[in-house]
Amino acid sequence: MSQARSSTSRTVAAHAVLITYTVIALFPVLVIVMNSFKSRQGIFRAPLAPPTTETFDLVGYQTVLAQGNFPLYFQNSLIVTVVSLAIVLVFGAMAAFALAEYRFRGNTLMGLYLALGIMIPIRLGTVAILKLMVASGLVNTLTALILVYSAQGLPLAIFILTEFTRQISDDLKNAGRIDGLSEYTIFFRLVLPLLRPPMATVAVFTMIPIWNDLWFPLILAPAEDTKTVTLGAQIFLGQFVTNWNAVLAALSLAIVPVLILYLIFSRQLIRGITSGAVK
Amino acid sequence: MKQIVAMDTENRRPIRWHIAVFLAPAVLIYTAIMIIPLFGTLQLSLFGTADNQQVFVGLDNFRTLLGDPRWSASFWNALWNNTWFFIIHMLVQNPVGILLAALLSHPRLRFAAFYRSAIFIPTILSFVIVGFTWKLILSPLWGVAPDLLGYVGLKHLFTPWLGKEEYALTTLGLISVWQFVGIPMMLIYAALLSIPEEILEAAECDGITGMAQFWKIQLPLILPAIGIISVLTFVGNFNAFDLIYSAQGALAGPNYATDILGTFLYRTFFGFQLQSGDPNMGATIASIMFFIILAGVCTYLFAVQTRLRRYQF
Repeated sequence: MSQARSSTSRTVAAHAVLITYTVIALFPVLVIVMNSFKSRQGIFRAPLAPPTTETFDLVGYQTVLAQGNFPLYFQNSLIVTVVSLAIVLVFGAMAAFALAEYRFRGNTLMGLYLALGIMIPIRLGTVAILKLMVASGLVNTLTALILVYSAQGLPLAIFILTEFTRQISDDLKNAGRIDGLSEYTIFFRLVLPLLRPPMATVAVFTMIPIWNDLWFPLILAPAEDTKTVTLGAQIFLGQFVTNWNAVLAALSLAIVPVLILYLIFSRQLIRGITSGAVK
Repeated sequence: MKQIVAMDTENRRPIRWHIAVFLAPAVLIYTAIMIIPLFGTLQLSLFGTADNQQVFVGLDNFRTLLGDPRWSASFWNALWNNTWFFIIHMLVQNPVGILLAALLSHPRLRFAAFYRSAIFIPTILSFVIVGFTWKLILSPLWGVAPDLLGYVGLKHLFTPWLGKEEYALTTLGLISVWQFVGIPMMLIYAALLSIPEEILEAAECDGITGMAQFWKIQLPLILPAIGIISVLTFVGNFNAFDLIYSAQGALAGPNYATDILGTFLYRTFFGFQLQSGDPNMGATIASIMFFIILAGVCTYLFAVQTRLRRYQF
């Protein structure tokens, strides 16, 4: 009897802590999105009240759409993220297959060499990367960003995909070999489709830091034509810092797409992080 | 047997080109964009500019950075701030992450998936969003923070935290904790779920339940995961830049109170206001950051990981 009661009170306490923290995590985001739909007076008079018919106003969004070049920034971010992602996934899976499938001299060493980049951030090479990009005329191009993000994403992708490639059955590949398939066909036709689930996980891990990065767009591609959403938002917010309607609307516009993507992929992401653990 | 077959084929086919083809694209991109520039940066730190020519100066740049009063004051300030930034994460982010994970991993907890997803949301937002959002919420112009404190009768505690030298860095540290607590939470959660039921049942048979069970059974078993999140936190913090830049700008105000190595590197490399950029000094700072991070990772690999026993289930 007493045990049942203590377990109930413990459950209540656990929920209380978790609810408190969930509120702390969501509250700032909520306040921003809510206030972006209000007039200037509404924002300042009652910041914690939801928009009413009286305070509802879209003036912030109108300013953002009129002043900012957001469709272009959005397109740049999308190109950079998607192309880098494709490079990381395809080249990463190829390298992982080579490391997992074949025995050759230097295999372990190559694996360690490629794993180095998981821990050492690429940012520390910025000075020389900028020099390299200036020398090859790639400054202020999306190509520069794509190359950097591909190099940044490859080490972790190869590391994770190697583990998964090892688990693919040898019988399948050997059956392919007996049928006379080339090693390339075996990889692209037989192995790659089986790697789809871990590749989805790697995609989510790789995508978030690329989309959110501020450092490399700021240094390698700050021109108006090549700004990414993150950099564009940073500069817009800096310029309109006194126009609260515009700032709140810009922030909301930056939050919402990421949030929608997260809601679609969150199961994948969480399953990826906890992979193998969830029974 | 399998090994012999493999060696056999190796002898029969001297060069297996497909291995090179599979490895080449990844290795080329990685080497050209990451490894060579990393060493290039280390090399640049040994050079100086004289008459528009790069001349070899040995360790002079490091001597200037650590010894010359014009440089060393900023450097030690940034290094200390960075260390404090890291301490905040270790003291707040990781314990909170462990607590949340421990609560979430309870087998009969309802809505666990909802809590998990909601608490992870700040982690996916960009630094720019996080920096500005908190700047607005903590702004004395807007009443959100004072109003909230007012509800619990603590309105007098409010000050513009981000604008005061003594509070700004700690506030930014806590904002960063708010953003990233999801990562230790998830990793510890995964580690807790991988502990087999039998061990916990055996503990229950021995009368070890509740808190005692966590401290005596689960915590020792998740130590490897705690080691990993510590080293991830270390690398992330000594490489941080974006949040400070978004919230306080390149000058890391007020009065450099929030300057960390990343912002110091940016200002030195690109210049700001009247000072012009200096690639060699920038490379020197980047090299020092490289050695700090390398030291942290090595400590983890040699000291921590070899001592932590791995439990095989």
